[in-house]
Amino acid sequence: MNGMTVIVKTVTRWLKVFIFLYGIYIIITGHLAPGGGFAGGVIIACSYMLLTLAYGKEFTLKRLSLRAGHHLDSSGALLFLVVALFGLGSGGIFFANVLQNRYPGAKFTLLSSGTILISNIAIGLKVAASLFLIFIILSVLRIVLVEDGSQKMIQEEEEE
Amino acid sequence: MGIELYLFILLVFLIVGALIAVETKNLLSSVISLGAIGFGLSIAFLFLRAPDLAIVQIAVEVVLLIFLIRATIGRDVIPTKGHIHWAGLLIVCLLTVGFFAFGYYAFRSLNEFGTPIISAVGNAPSNKYLADGLKETGSANIVTSILLDYRAYDTLGEATVLFAAVLGALAVLRGRAWSKREKDK
Repeated sequence: MNGMTVIVKTVTRWLKVFIFLYGIYIIITGHLAPGGGFAGGVIIACSYMLLTLAYGKEFTLKRLSLRAGHHLDSSGALLFLVVALFGLGSGGIFFANVLQNRYPGAKFTLLSSGTILISNIAIGLKVAASLFLIFIILSVLRIVLVEDGSQKMIQEEEEE
Repeated sequence: MGIELYLFILLVFLIVGALIAVETKNLLSSVISLGAIGFGLSIAFLFLRAPDLAIVQIAVEVVLLIFLIRATIGRDVIPTKGHIHWAGLLIVCLLTVGFFAFGYYAFRSLNEFGTPIISAVGNAPSNKYLADGLKETGSANIVTSILLDYRAYDTLGEATVLFAAVLGALAVLRGRAWSKREKDK
């Protein structure tokens, strides 16, 4: 996969930042406006998919390797679990919103809801890394029909 | 009437799209009509005043379309041949009629369109969430306050399912890619 034409590459170069920024906005304001961690994570993964489709797999993997994706995925899940255990440790209840109970912020502001913001960021990180990993893995391998009618999994480079 | 008319038109559009997706011979047009169903569903969520779901639906639908088009492009569907099993067809028709009859009586027992079911139950937990959600969690978006505060345990399970799915996909699919890279070294 060597990428697409120069038109697609130029448009992608301008658009990718805005898509990424929109995903971050959806995650950060998840407790104030419609959206949240899941939707924002999917949008961030979309920006990386656009990059992969336009520039090719090697270009994306140079910027965000599979190993880094693994670490982001695991750290997102771990951060969410840490929030839960933090509530259990200091509030006595699993997922207790300790920050909001102790230091309630002004309503309708960014820091108004305690651990909900942290949970949103954790879930967004996790979903974005997961979908990116699945897309990269699916674009490395592909299933083709061989002569005797059975199906065989091959790599992209071997096919060409 | 108003909004019900729009929803009715959208539902007819969705059903026609689903029939095209099932019946068409070309795999790519089947995938594209599946995408049309997803975007129509997202508009239906907007009409039902659920913008959170509409955003999630439209984002997931884009990702799904990319996956499916990438997987099916340049590939032909192999049509299944064989005679029709009349007994099986009869059983399927009977089951469908029974399902619709059951659905008709089940939906008649619901409230009128637009009135929430929680209004019929006095001390439902949802009433407490709606009344005290902003005060207790500080989150202006009630959906997020339920997902990540009152019912965060569910969200933890959902995140676990996603984690397990990614682990499974990586374990199944990466074997050959890794072995080739080691061979190059």
